[in-house]
Order: sequence, then structure tokens, then C-alpha cells
Amino acid sequence: MKPPPFQYHDPKTLAEAVGLLGTLDNAKLLAGGQSLMPMLNMRFVLPDHVIDLNLVEGMAGIKETDGVLEIGAMTRQRELEFSDLVAAKCPLLHQALMHVGHRQTRNRGTIGGSLCHLDPAAELVTVCMAHDATIAVAGPGGTREIAFADFPAGYLTPAIELNEIVTAIRIPVWPAGHKAAFIEFSRRHGDFAIVSAAALLQIDGGRITRASLTIGGVAVAPVRATEVEQAIVGQAPTSELFAKVCESCRSFEAMADIHASAEYRQHLAVVLARRALEKAADLADNAPWNRAH
Amino acid sequence: MDHSRTSNRPIGSPVERLEDLRFLRGRGEFVDDVSSPGALHAVILRSSVAHGRLRGVDASVARKCPGVRAVITAQDIGEIPVITMRQELLPEFKPYQQPVIAGDKVRYVGEPIAVVVADSTALAEDALEHIALDIEALPPVADRAAARKTDSLLFEETGRNHVITLSAKLGDAAAAFHDAPYTRRERFQVQRFTAVTMEPRGLLAEWDDANGHLTVSGMTKVVFHNRRILAKQMGLAEDAITMIEADVGGGFGVRGEFYPEDFLIPFAARTLKRAVKWIEDRRENLIASNHARDAECELEIACDRDGTIRGLRGHGAADLGAYIRTNGVTAARNTAQVLSGPYRVSNIQFEMALLLTNKTPSGTYRGPGRFEADFFRERLFDMAANDLGIDRVEFRRRNLVAEHEMPWTLPTIQPLDQGGETDNGDYRQTLDRCLKDFGWPEKSALQGKLIDGRRHGIAIGCYLEGGGSGPRENVRMVLERDGTVSLYTGSSSVGQGVETVMAQIAADALDMPMARINRVQHGSTTVVTQGYGSYSSRSIVMGGSAIVQAAGLLKDAIRAAAAKRLQCAPSDIAIDGDNAVGPDRASVALSALAVDGIAADGTYASSKRTYSYGAHAAHVAVDPGTGHVALIDYMAVEDVGRIINPLTLHGQAVGAIVQGLGGALLEHLAYDSAGQFLSGTLADYLLPTASDFPVIRAHAMEERPAPHNPLGAKGAGEGGIIPVGGVIANAIANALGVEPNILPLSPPRVWELMNCK
Repeated sequence: MKPPPFQYHDPKTLAEAVGLLGTLDNAKLLAGGQSLMPMLNMRFVLPDHVIDLNLVEGMAGIKETDGVLEIGAMTRQRELEFSDLVAAKCPLLHQALMHVGHRQTRNRGTIGGSLCHLDPAAELVTVCMAHDATIAVAGPGGTREIAFADFPAGYLTPAIELNEIVTAIRIPVWPAGHKAAFIEFSRRHGDFAIVSAAALLQIDGGRITRASLTIGGVAVAPVRATEVEQAIVGQAPTSELFAKVCESCRSFEAMADIHASAEYRQHLAVVLARRALEKAADLADNAPWNRAH
Repeated sequence: MDHSRTSNRPIGSPVERLEDLRFLRGRGEFVDDVSSPGALHAVILRSSVAHGRLRGVDASVARKCPGVRAVITAQDIGEIPVITMRQELLPEFKPYQQPVIAGDKVRYVGEPIAVVVADSTALAEDALEHIALDIEALPPVADRAAARKTDSLLFEETGRNHVITLSAKLGDAAAAFHDAPYTRRERFQVQRFTAVTMEPRGLLAEWDDANGHLTVSGMTKVVFHNRRILAKQMGLAEDAITMIEADVGGGFGVRGEFYPEDFLIPFAARTLKRAVKWIEDRRENLIASNHARDAECELEIACDRDGTIRGLRGHGAADLGAYIRTNGVTAARNTAQVLSGPYRVSNIQFEMALLLTNKTPSGTYRGPGRFEADFFRERLFDMAANDLGIDRVEFRRRNLVAEHEMPWTLPTIQPLDQGGETDNGDYRQTLDRCLKDFGWPEKSALQGKLIDGRRHGIAIGCYLEGGGSGPRENVRMVLERDGTVSLYTGSSSVGQGVETVMAQIAADALDMPMARINRVQHGSTTVVTQGYGSYSSRSIVMGGSAIVQAAGLLKDAIRAAAAKRLQCAPSDIAIDGDNAVGPDRASVALSALAVDGIAADGTYASSKRTYSYGAHAAHVAVDPGTGHVALIDYMAVEDVGRIINPLTLHGQAVGAIVQGLGGALLEHLAYDSAGQFLSGTLADYLLPTASDFPVIRAHAMEERPAPHNPLGAKGAGEGGIIPVGGVIANAIANALGVEPNILPLSPPRVWELMNCK
């Protein structure tokens, strides 16, 4: 469990980091290291170069501009967890962070690192999909933005070029008073979820006026339940409605592994979709999974 | 009667563990902490192929890698020694004992193929990647069904993967089943899981070339036995090997048995004439240390209409993995022998097939075979009680062996042994106490109820824990010149609190305060001339009883020495802790007597096992949406004969229950159909964590002291794990009205049960 030999680089500026990444062969970026270091120790990845982003200036921070929450890629999950701005403007992200690993891993883990590792069940990935976030990347040719729907290119594979670095995440916030619920089912506290569900609802005059429902962990990347979203907009939120429309989540394409079959994941997608919507709409009962995390 | 303290004697006192201060301050010395300046570091290349013919190992590139001192393969060893069985060796098992390194075949993922020794672990791991293997893959024997066929054979020379079948027999099962008014036959399965010690295995081997002497640190459990194996393998005299037991971070039956590395690392040290260290990493630990459980059975019960059990019969099969290791047959033997647990089952016929597959070999794990047997039996009992319309508790109470029926005869196991018998006990008392403390009548109202989204269920089960295996244990006590007493024991400390409880027993027997007993020296081959170690819940029963004997002899020696000084008869001398006091209060300090060289060797030998017993009850709540099982309450009651330390005993009980819950709900050493191992990290092998099972209650009693040892103590380290699988499965059955007959009861499996209803 020792990492293979590699050359270590610690650039101080983004330009320097982009330069290194563009010129070194078989290089890996090190952000919070909560996934990369175990993978190195187990020799699952064998890079010739590791470029440490931890000393790069200006890659961390949280701010809100014109209804968009902008989060530096190197912002620690702990900073987000304790951010009043995040709690006020993006309650879904706040709720989701409580499920991300453990306090010890959140102390080091970064939002950019989590998104680029792109575990199918990662909470932050699901939140970005739910919020239609935008990913800002920098490369030798300058910067560009990627809509999050286009960000996952496959299992553990983000749609960025080998010479690009994710620099920031832009989350369009929903209007004040919107409802959010993030729930997940994992075997043990702190484990990656088997399935997670993120619900955002705007309810005006007793009717749902806007809805976002995302299911994580079922497929290689989180899936938006667009059929459900369309079916509930314009309707009054009720448990019966949610139970009926969420059945459509059973048709999601699903993965199987040693922890869960595809059929079980599809079943959980239905159950968690309904529970997340109920929770967001304040319809949840006193079941343990509805209590404060 | 509750355990209530009526004296301040050391035995029975809730003494905090003497070891803990050292551990909590980071001053423990585990094998990786043992100082070894200049030691080289070894890593092991393991097979990534489940079954194959090993045609070639090319280490020429690896040998030239920076910092590499040696690469050792089967060719470098010559005639490859096998690891001989420690228990239950029959001629039929001999062909299946494990060679210390793969020679012509690899038989499981994780089997050692080469040892790389280098200046650092990192350099050794770098070089390991450059070893080229030529392995011709063979069809894997991936499960019991494949093992029963002979299409693919692990050992072509024997022509079979089915080693033998053990047969448990008591009374006349055929007659008992003939005309029985009620029978039911069911299939059950317990998955492969094992103990995961916090500290993985590790070894430091130091070779003194001038004296031809080998010192090995990191051994534990059965240190003297391991020395015997190693001496034979290396062609050394036993006294040319010193084995040191450092601090050990968990044993549970798995740590301390003789493994391939226990030869390979000392061999490397002798070959290189250097100290060589190997520390098992977690990924290795999960594929290289013994696996356990992994048994299935078809079991049938016959009852009268009133629930009186007439007999049990059936057949089962254990998947032993690729080789029969030191104690590889023990669990299967136990399963067959303790199938009836504490119940009055007079007619038993049960066959247990021992099968080999291309998986990591298995061994004993806390409550070996008993966890499996209890799951099989207690599940079947609940089904029978329900079928017959008899209350589950009443069914058990009616069938428990009564006190006047003891000792109760256990089945004979052919071809291994002639059976045995229990000692004593009031089994109904622990059942009743468990029902009371659990709150069974109140909780009964919750059965099957849907409350806040979850279905509630309860269950109770009874068990028997065999402990205190022979043949003997030795201790030595020395009166030191400062008036303290040093205690040396052949028992091993694997983290279970041996230093504390042995000091309590010694202080009690010597009528001295515990502070007078020096830190207990244990396990190492340097502390006694012959030790037998710690397994089968034997440390207190055997080692503790030997202390009682040694203390008596030490007091005799003190009296004799004092009598000389005080010119009186030894029988006139009283020992008050500090002084030996003669007639007319004339006294001599113990410290002054020590110059006479006062020491005593104690030994305790017995072939009579102890049988502690108890009952466990569980209350679960199941989420019908996800299949998740939450533990709401768990109550364990046991009678251990005599409680030496209620604190360490409580820790044993709760810790064992958590391990049992892991086996019932979470843990699974999973393989795919090609024999590839799928649970190689602790993200895949799901151990219970601190937040999973917050409510576990345990109560210990000492109403029936063991009749066969001077302490009256019974083994108490394993009982906690034994009934957990059965109790949890029955509670889930009670909650959902399903029949959970396969462990672990993971959420997907519980969901499938609900779906199939």
C-alpha cells in the first residue's frame, strides 16, 4: 500500500498548473486527495507526475453574484458545510454535504476533486446535476464553461480534456423560499450511497411551479427524472401524486455491483424519489429517514 | 441472584484494564513498533488468478530494481514445506495442507508466489510489479456445487474436491422421525465472513548467524506450537528459535495461527542474514488471513404436537477454501456437534461435507461453527413453533436441557472424536432473565406493527458456548526482591485483557493488592518452558487455574523460607501481603525472603471443557421501502460460572455481539464466478461502525460455577457472537412475516424476501 514512484510538482499559480498539465505526460492532479491517495497507495493509478493544486492561489472561495453561487474548485467540503451563504442560498448543497464521507474526509476533500472523480453516487455530483450547475475549466487555450448535464462522459470520467483543470463551479440558486431535500440510502453512515435523491421544488399558491428531481447512484452518472418533473409541475403536492409519478423511475438504466442489483437500485430510485419529494414538500411523516440528519 | 460484590477481593472487581493506559498513550509496542535498526522490508507477490498452473516466475528484472536484496520464489526454497494442522489432523486431510509458497499451482487469489525483500516497503512494492508470471488458467472451482463435481480439481492427485464428510450421531434419528406427527425441512446458508483485526498481521524475523539463532516477533495465540512448526520447516532445533509476543491488536481466532508468511519471512531473514520485517496491509489482510463461516445445510426437525423435539437430522457442507489450514476443520466439526445447542435433542443424525474451492483457506473465528449452527437451529425452531401454534419462548423453554439432566451428552463426530458432555447450568434461568431485562411482554405488542414507516419485530434465542480447551497451561511466579511478584504465563494476550485478569487472579490467590503484581509476561517462548496459548476461550480457565496452583506453591515456598528464618513450622506462618508472620507476631518482610530465590511453577491440565450459556433477544425495525434493518434494542444474558472482571467481560460480550451483527447484516467476503475476490477494501467489506448499533445491553451472571476448575470459571470470550445470526433473522421474520434463511440480511436480500412473499 505504497504509492508507485512519481514526480511531484507544486505550482503556485493556475497558469503554472495548466502549463505543467499541458506538458507532462501521464500526469494526475491532486486536490484534496481523499480518492487519489488511496488509489495511488493501492496502485490502481500509476501516474508519472502528480501536480498538487493545494498551493495554487485563488482556487478556493464561495461567493454569490447575480443569483449564481460561485465556488472555487479547491474549496474544502468543510468550508461549504459551515458556510452561511451556502446554507441560505443553496440548502440542497448544505443538506447533501452532511452525507459526504466523514468529517475527517470533508476537512480535506474539495468540491472540484469530488466532481472530477465523478463517483456515480457522489453527493456533490448529484447536487450539481439537480441545480443545472456550470463547470468552469482552464486549459492552454483559455477558459470555457461546461453545462453539468454534459460534464459526465462515462464511469468516473468527466468531459474535460487531459490538459484542462476545473477551476470553479457555478450554481444558479433558486428563488428564496424554494424547497430542497437531499436523501440517500447507504449501507452504513458515511458510505457512498447506493442510491440518492435530490429534490428542488418551487411551490406557489399551493401548486408546484418548478421542480427538479435527480437520482444518484443508479447509473454511471446522476439522472434527472424529467418525466416526474414534468408530471408534477402545475399540480398540488400530495403523497399520492408523488407515489404515482415516481414509479417512472423504475425504468432508469441501472448498474449492478456487490452491494446491490440493478433491480434493487431501480426500486430504491422509486422509493427515494418519492421520499425526497415528500420531504421537500413538507409532507414527510416521522419516519427516521425524514428526521434531521 | 445478581452479581453483587460482597468483598474487595481482586476477583470480581471491575478493574480497568491495566493495558489501556499504555495503549491510550501510544506506548503500546505492536510488532511494527518493535525496534529493528537496519531491518529489510518484505512484500509478497500474490496470485491474482484463482486457479492455474504456475509455469514460470521470472524475477530477473525485479532482482535488479533499486534497493532490492532478494526475490524468493519456490525455486529458491527447494523442497517446499507444508503448514501442518494444529487440530483434528486425520490422514485424509494431509494432501490438502497448504505449502508455504505456490509451487506448481496457484489455488486462490492471494496465494503467495514470491517474496521481495528490499530496503523499504515502497521499493519492494515497486520491484514486485516487475516479476513476470506465466500462469495457465484452469477452470475455477468457485462454489460448493463446482466442488462436488470432479471436472476441475484443486488437487488432481487425490481426484476429489470433497475431502470427507463428518457425521454427527446421537440416539436414533431414523426412529425419532418415523411416525413423527410434525416434521419440517429447510435449507439455510451462512456467508463467508471473518474477523478483521484492527492491527493486521506482521512479523519481524532476526537471524543471528554467529549463533544460528532466530528471533521472531509478531507471533501470538499459539506461539509454542508455531515454533514447533517453524523449527521443523527450517530444520532448526526448537530452542534455536525465540518467539516474542508483542502487543497484539485483536485475535478473534484468526490472528496467530501459522500462515505461509510465518515461514517465508524467517526464511528470508536466514537467507539474507539480516532482520526482515513484513507488515500485512489491509488489502492483503482480507485475502491472506483466514476466512471463516461459509456453510450451508438442509436441516429437518421432528416434534410431537406439544412441541417436544424428537430429533434433528440433515446434511450440510462447509466451503473450506483452497487448503486445509491449521484449524480448518474445527468450525465444520463444531457445527455438527453443537447443532442442538442447549436443547434436549436426544436423536441427531447430521452429515457435514468438507469441500475445497478456489478461495482463501478458512479457519476458526470466534464461536467457530457455533454461529452457523445456532442460525440454522434457531431459525428452524421459530418456524416449527409457528407451525405448531406454540409460543416461541415456550417452545424453547420446554426443550431446554434441565439442570437435573446434566451433564448432557453431545453427539459423537465420526471420524474425529467420541463426543463429549456439557458440565452444569440452569439454562432456563438465563432465558427468563433475558426475557425480563429485554421487556419481552411489553415488546410483544410491537410484533409486525408498522410504526413511523417501519415494521417492528422481536426474537429470542438460547445458546451454549464451549470453552476451556485442554490440554494444559503453565505459569511461573517469582517473588522479587522488592516484594512484588512477577507472573509469567503461557497464555497469549491478543488484546482481550489477559494482563489485567491474570493479575487479578494472581493477587487474589496470593492475598496481595494488585499493585504488587508486576506487568504480566505472556505468550513468548522466553517466559515459560512450554505454553499452550489463547484460543477456545481458554485463557482464564486454563491459564487462570494454573495461576491458582502456582500461587499455592509460591505461598508454600514463602512459608518454608520464613519458617527457617523464624525458627518455626511452615504451618505457623501467615502471609499478610507485605510480610510473612510467625508465632508471636514475629515477621520477616517478603522482600527480605526473596533473596532465597522463591519461585513456583504452576500447571493446570484438564480435558473437561466448560459450557457457559445464555440467551439473547433482539428488537429490530425494518424499512419496507429499502429493506434496511435497524437494531432498536439488544439484550444478552449469560452465565459464565465465575466473573473475574465484570468490565472486561462486558467488553467481550458487547464486542462479540457487534461482530455477530456484522455477520448477520453487513459483512460478506464476496467472490465472483471466476473466483475473483470482490471485497478487497473496507469500503467493500462492510464492518460495523460506531454509529450502526448504538443499543446493546449485556448482563452476566455467575450462578453455576464450573465444576471442573478451581476458579469455577467458564470460557466467556465467544458466547456473545454465537446466537446473533439466528436472533436477528428471527426478529426480521417476526417483523415482516418472511423466512430469512440466508445471511447476511443485507437490504437487497430483505427487499427480495418482501418481494417474494
